[in-house]
Formats: sequence, C-alpha cells, structure tokens
Amino acid sequence: MCAALLLAGSLAGCATSGGNPADPLERVNRAVFVFNDAADKVVLTPVAKGYRAVLPGFLRTGISNFFSNLEDVWVSVNDVLQGKFQEGMEDATRVLFNSTFGIAGLFDFASDVGLPKRNEDFGQTLGWWGVTSGPYLVLPFFGPSSFRDGIGFFVDGKADPVYRVVDDVPLRNSIYATRAISNRSNLLDASSVLEQAALDRYAFVRDAWLQRRRNLVYDGNPPREKDDADDEPTK
Amino acid sequence: MKTTFCLCFALLAPLAQAQTVAPDVLVKTITDEVAAAIKKDKDIQAGDTAKAAELIEAKIVPHFSFTRMARIAMARNWRSATPEQQKQLASEFKTLLVRTYSTALVNYKEQRIDYKPLRAKSDDTEVTVKSEVKQSGSSQPVSIDYEMEKTDNGWKVYDVKVGGVSLVTTYRDTFASEVRERGIDGLIKSLAAKNRETDRPRAGKS
Repeated sequence: MCAALLLAGSLAGCATSGGNPADPLERVNRAVFVFNDAADKVVLTPVAKGYRAVLPGFLRTGISNFFSNLEDVWVSVNDVLQGKFQEGMEDATRVLFNSTFGIAGLFDFASDVGLPKRNEDFGQTLGWWGVTSGPYLVLPFFGPSSFRDGIGFFVDGKADPVYRVVDDVPLRNSIYATRAISNRSNLLDASSVLEQAALDRYAFVRDAWLQRRRNLVYDGNPPREKDDADDEPTK
Repeated sequence: MKTTFCLCFALLAPLAQAQTVAPDVLVKTITDEVAAAIKKDKDIQAGDTAKAAELIEAKIVPHFSFTRMARIAMARNWRSATPEQQKQLASEFKTLLVRTYSTALVNYKEQRIDYKPLRAKSDDTEVTVKSEVKQSGSSQPVSIDYEMEKTDNGWKVYDVKVGGVSLVTTYRDTFASEVRERGIDGLIKSLAAKNRETDRPRAGKS
C-alpha cells in the first residue's frame, strides 16, 4: 500500500486536474478504479453471488455479525481516542454482550437491547482530531480512500483482531477472504443501484464516498457546507 | 352573518388542513403506502423495475420538487440554461432518479423504519425529516434524511440523503464536467441517452 501511495505521489505532477478539486490524482485514480472494477466483476462478484446462493440467510447474517463483533473492539478504541467515553463504554459492552449471549458474535444481541452498532475507524479518528482528508485516492483492490484514510486503513489493518490473534498466515488469509466475500455479498443489491444511478460511475462513487466520509467523521451531523443547499455555490 | 362565517370556516378548515399535512407525517404516510404496495405486488418483488417505476410515478413523484433538485445539481450552470433547457433537465433528471429508485425498490425487504422527532418551528418553510432504516443482514442502521420545502401545494422533497450522501449533490461534479466539455445541451443528451439505455429491460446485465 505504501508503494501505491508513493506511486500516486510521483504521478501527481503529470495528472491533470479535471473536475473535483479534492481529486488532483484523477487520472491515476481512474486507472486503478477500472482495474478494481474488472477484478470485482471477474472474481469478487461471482464468488459473492455464489456465496449468497449456497449459504442460507441466517448463516450469512451470522458470519457477517461475527466479523462485525470483532470490528467493534477497534470501534470502541477509536471512540475513546476521539474522547467519546460514553460511546466507548457502550461499544465495549456490545462486544461483551455479543461475544457471550450472542454466541461468539454470531447474533447481534446488543442491537436488540438498545446498543446499535457504530461506525468508527482510525481514518475517522484522524478526521476528528482535525486532519483533513487530503487528496482522494483509489487503493488497488480496496477501493475509495484518501491520503488520510489510507493511513487510517493501514493502522486499522495492524489493529485488526484477526491480524493480531491469528499467526498462521494461510489461515489468516482464508479469514480475510471470507470476510471480503461476506462484506461484498452484503453490497450486491447496492451495486445494481449504482449501475443505474451514475452517468460517470467513477465520479459518482468518488463524490458519494467523500460525502459519506465527511458525514462519518461528524457522526451524522456535518456542519452545513456553504453550497450544501445553495443554488449557486461560490467556488 | 356570524353563523355563516363560522359555517364556512368549519367547512374550509379540513380542506386547508389536508393541503398542509405536516412534513414528517407526509413522509411516513407515503413510505407506509409504498411498502404496503410492494408487499402486495409479486411482480415488483420478482424484479419488475418497470412496474416499480409506475408505483413511484403514482405515489412518490407528486411529492418531489424535481425543478429544485435539477437546480441544485446544476449549481451555477442553472442560470446559463434557457427556460426550455431547464425544463428538459428537470424532466430527464426526474426519469433518471425514478429509474434508480425503482432498481432499489425491487430489492426492498421488509425493514423497520424509525422516524426521529421533527425539530421545526411552525413557521419554518424548510425542514429535514430524519429517519433510520434497520437493514436485515447488517446490524448498522442507515440514516435517510428528507430535505423538504413548503410550497403552495404542500410540502415537497428536494433532496434525500442516505447515510449522509445526497442524491442530488452527488451529481454536481458529473453535471459540471459534462457542461464544461459538451455544453448544457450535451448534458441533456447524455442524460437522455442514459435513460434510453435503461429502457431496454435488463439489457447487457450479467
């Protein structure tokens, strides 16, 4: 991933700035986007479709919950890093409840008793601390990111319970693969909507992703941008 | 004289009330109606997007302000468009959004929707109706916010934000670069082509 960052950085000089000022590396990003798209079409989507066809719904939900529960450990750490101690306690309680009553995380018991899942990661923590997102970046295989969130993604990977606990590399990679397939299968319906919605899929994904991250950093209440509902933004 | 006035008022009051249904009530009513209609319709459940589009045209479209949506998506280019171009933009944008929404509707599974209490003063002309959808298969609820404006014909939606992502402003950069490269007529053509492309049912889908 560092190589990708360096590559992106060195190519920055020759990339022309097209539409969005947040995306000075558009030319490189587009190329990676096309590559990711092809890999997704050829490998991940068919596998995710097969996964959905073969496994019954309750089992897929169980697997998805299992990974979500592991993720919540790091979510609660990030709550605390952002000074949200109440949230940190709640998310740690989620892990505790779901690991025990929820049978090793297969059931999301905590959501049913009023502890809904939160979305936090290290990129958001950096954002909360005031680090701006920096140029938009499409990571090979992993998709939309930014300079800030790329660093966040790297730290998230190091903090991942799967990475920390499972030492056997082939086993660890199989777990990573299962998680990727499980996550992708949850998004199958969304990709058909995206196909329909976008004139230019690259730009649509980018602009949606940038809004989404901004919204997450501010926990759903971003300050109104000057041109948010304005008819004539002053750019 | 006084009685006549009172009588008239009593007769008119329900009418006036019907015209200005509170925005949160409106959103909830329409959502419930659409959900009930899908539940009854085997074709939509089986993936008939054309039928889903019909449902949207009948139930949802009347409550949206597509001109305002097109205006926001066009940003400063809106002003340089002629009234005729503006009309075409609003109409093509509407078709695109209806098609998109119908693709989403056929995937609809029964989901629980919670509405947050509306924070608005009685004389507000712009409000945000906030809701949360609990998805099956994923424990994280997704927020859906409706930006609404008060018009003479009741409250109209002019933006929908899903998980903080605006259905309208997400098109801004795409529209702006189309206009820059091919002009406003070029953008209208691109939108029309996109809408025609999806006229052919399920063409080119794997």
